Amino acid sequence: MSTETHHAAVSGLSGEVLEGTGVAVSHCYQCGKCSAGCPLSGEMDYPPSYIMRMLQTGDPVLEDKILRSFSIWVCLTCEMCYARCPMSIDIPQMMDFLRQKSLREKKVHRDAKKILAFHRSFLDSIKYTGRLYEIGLLVDYKTRTLKIMQDMILAPKMLVRGKLNIFPELIKDRSGVAAIFNKSNKKKK
Amino acid sequence: MTLGLYPGCSLKGSSREYAESVLAIAKACDIELVEIEDWNCCGATAAHNLNKELSLALPARILSLAEKQGLKEVVVPCAACYSRLTVTKYELAEHPEFKKVVINENKLEYTGNVEIINIIQFLDKYILPNLDGKITNPFDHKVACYYGCLLVRPHAILKFDREEDPQTMDELMLKSGATPIDWAFKTECCGAGLSVSRTSSVGRLSGEIVKDAIDRGAEALIVACPMCQSNLDMRREAINTYLGKKVDIPVMYVSQVVGLALGIDRKALGLQRHFVPVKI
Repeated sequence: MSTETHHAAVSGLSGEVLEGTGVAVSHCYQCGKCSAGCPLSGEMDYPPSYIMRMLQTGDPVLEDKILRSFSIWVCLTCEMCYARCPMSIDIPQMMDFLRQKSLREKKVHRDAKKILAFHRSFLDSIKYTGRLYEIGLLVDYKTRTLKIMQDMILAPKMLVRGKLNIFPELIKDRSGVAAIFNKSNKKKK
Repeated sequence: MTLGLYPGCSLKGSSREYAESVLAIAKACDIELVEIEDWNCCGATAAHNLNKELSLALPARILSLAEKQGLKEVVVPCAACYSRLTVTKYELAEHPEFKKVVINENKLEYTGNVEIINIIQFLDKYILPNLDGKITNPFDHKVACYYGCLLVRPHAILKFDREEDPQTMDELMLKSGATPIDWAFKTECCGAGLSVSRTSSVGRLSGEIVKDAIDRGAEALIVACPMCQSNLDMRREAINTYLGKKVDIPVMYVSQVVGLALGIDRKALGLQRHFVPVKI
């Protein structure tokens, strides 16, 4: 990963990205390979190469649009953009940074609430048991999203095939894992 | 011969057959796989999307436990866990400043000396050399080797196989008696973590993968990741809706195919657990 900053706008959001991740947005020369290879770009409001350009302008209005965009949440971090980028810009790591900032500033896109709810249910599940408890995850997710009927047909089929545990797997040092969670949640820039 | 094993959450639940087949072939080759004691979830997509520190600290605890247990090499069959553990090891080695936050402040003991290997590397290194004369039932079928994302990307960190046209699984399948096909979706994303929160996207992405495999004559899709398997198999209804027709190509783990070639019982490999019946 390159951290050189020639011609970089080190202020603004692109400066924060650089500082937080070492990813230099300024290196992008708009070839568009990331957007062409992105499997989700068709569902995004701004495909990856647009986000790169919007960041390069340093315009606070565009930066705000990025943090409120659907793109940053529907990105799957499949890493195809990074694999194909001729400048080896780590776009997925930048996306992680933008998501976390969007979350802190309460700018999460309305259509991304379900995606966020799933991630939160997932983390809550492992915070208390140490390992993922799939039934707990689904119940928690349904409670958050009120999608009560979703996947109701799937669960019994999984049970028959021995693919769902009725009870969670509890690790011994649950307090140790919970402490890691609590510490990581405390210090947010 | 003893190696460490990090099964990860999926292998204890929705992808039980992956664990069963890995353990079955290890046993057939006299290899003992020892689970890391009291392991926790790696944090998966949720952690690295929402909280960078957490996404490094959870895998760091796992690696620290492996060290404490004296394990030198750990097999990580789930491609997503393999990615998270490998990225964490890399980040902690490259960025000493993370060590303070992730290791010291969480009071973990960590030196970074555990070798992490994925399922293909495990098969290549420990199973293949034992195969001479043991392939009793060559898996004589055309197969589409589907690597997905996290087994091969990002190459800068994983340094495993090629990012766009990887070959390692194809070679393994050849040695198991199968004929790997040439196709275009080897490393396209299946939809991964959007399975529950955006099932329609998974239907489209996985649908394109399944369609190309069928169009080019594959009789089975071969995978090395529980997320890929569940999206291509358990989400077949969403795939069928997207394709506008019912398709019945099975989705098998690479370890199940090797197991079949070794003549291991189908049930011991968990083939009966799939949503799309494995009739070949």
